[in-house]
Amino acid sequence: MSRYFSWGNIPVLLVAVGLANTAQAANITIAVASNFTGPIKQIITDFEQQTGNHVRLTLGSSGKIFAQISHGAPFDIFLSADSVKPAALEKRGLTVPGSRFTYAIGTLALWSPRPGVAVKQGAILKSGKFDKLALANPRLAPYGVAAKQVLQSLKLYRALAPKLVMGENIAQTYQFVATGNADIGFVALSQLHHAKGSRWIVPHQLYQPIDQDAVILKAAKNNQAVFAFSRFLRAADARKIILAFGYKIPQ
Amino acid sequence: MNTGFSQADLIAIWLTLRIATVTTLVLLIIGSPIALWLARTGSRWKGPVSAVVALPLVLPPTVLGFYLLIIMGPNGPVGELTRALGLGTLPFTFWGLVVASTIYSLPFVVQPIQNAIEALGPRPLEVAATLRAGPWDRFFTIILPLARPGFVTAAILGFAHTVGEFGVILMVGGNIPGVTQVISVQIYDHVEAMEYTAAHWLSGGMVVFSFIILTLVYSFNRRRKSSGGTYGV
Repeated sequence: MSRYFSWGNIPVLLVAVGLANTAQAANITIAVASNFTGPIKQIITDFEQQTGNHVRLTLGSSGKIFAQISHGAPFDIFLSADSVKPAALEKRGLTVPGSRFTYAIGTLALWSPRPGVAVKQGAILKSGKFDKLALANPRLAPYGVAAKQVLQSLKLYRALAPKLVMGENIAQTYQFVATGNADIGFVALSQLHHAKGSRWIVPHQLYQPIDQDAVILKAAKNNQAVFAFSRFLRAADARKIILAFGYKIPQ
Repeated sequence: MNTGFSQADLIAIWLTLRIATVTTLVLLIIGSPIALWLARTGSRWKGPVSAVVALPLVLPPTVLGFYLLIIMGPNGPVGELTRALGLGTLPFTFWGLVVASTIYSLPFVVQPIQNAIEALGPRPLEVAATLRAGPWDRFFTIILPLARPGFVTAAILGFAHTVGEFGVILMVGGNIPGVTQVISVQIYDHVEAMEYTAAHWLSGGMVVFSFIILTLVYSFNRRRKSSGGTYGV
């Protein structure tokens, strides 16, 4: 080990890393809530083609990304699954003031990968003819909060509590249902873009709107490519992609 | 907030201890014959079997969790078997976590026992065989007493490693209080929900617990060594 490594080399290494960064100034790093995986990949592809900039994508639960940003993670933009976390970052002075906006409004769906399952109007929930119902953990995930609200609106939450299994985020919830380990589950409609089976798009009056906010982080305040990406996210091309995945957009 | 453990935390602690205890018993029952065979065999299958046993050491827990979810699910071979037996499917159940933990902690039980038996050498068993001791007799009167430190180390490590398990349980557990919501998952949830005080209580407890366990293992092994012979030969 000591043959290859000495503390004296550290300054050299740091300079090398610094040079590598300035040489690729048009790099931007974005952290995105996992429910938005499908659309963001298409949007990034379009953005890179049109601007020549390079985008690095980090996917995860909003809670984890929030904690990482609070502890100095080097992200330029954060696309949350809710509006609470970007607002909290703003309050702590970790964002570029005035950069926060709602990029999408999430839609919840009840889904089974098998065809012919009576998910419409939540019929299967009322009949109770299933073993396990998956939802994202309401303590952690906005789509979990919405799913809990739907069950409460239908006055079924208490009755179904023993059948609930919880994913840490909406991606794991989808996985539980896709592998058949849960018969049905509340997932994000955006995740069902290519999925087959039975789905019920839950009416929006049964849960509080899932406003998904984006915010530019302080470290990026002088990076023009980041602001370009933020504008791109609101432009016609991106909106078309977002809508195609089943989200709504404000106005 | 500074009231120590919540009701949910206590449930998680009790559940974790139950899973670890059951898993350790299952591991000793399954792991002993594997270790015995590996210690004695000259078969060309020794390499591949050793590799399979050691796989959980090097594979990310996500790989194990992902495959267990598929294999134990209703469309997987194990899932079809358990359903045909009228047991339902294993993910999201206590026994599902025991199965997952058994696979995950297998090397921690097999390897100490195997080492202890190998250290005995073939002599004691050959002598016993000439005295017409059967295989069961040999195991309980020769191997178990002579290789006891190996079995004790295996049990402690298997238990501790199961208590510390996280990734696999996160993937096949489904986070059900009292059924699959173990300490490590509960800590993860506390951190994600920004309840750092609650996370500190459980995390601090785990650090103390692990320290005590490892201290026990090392002082136990050292005492054996200083009193002559690593594994009581």
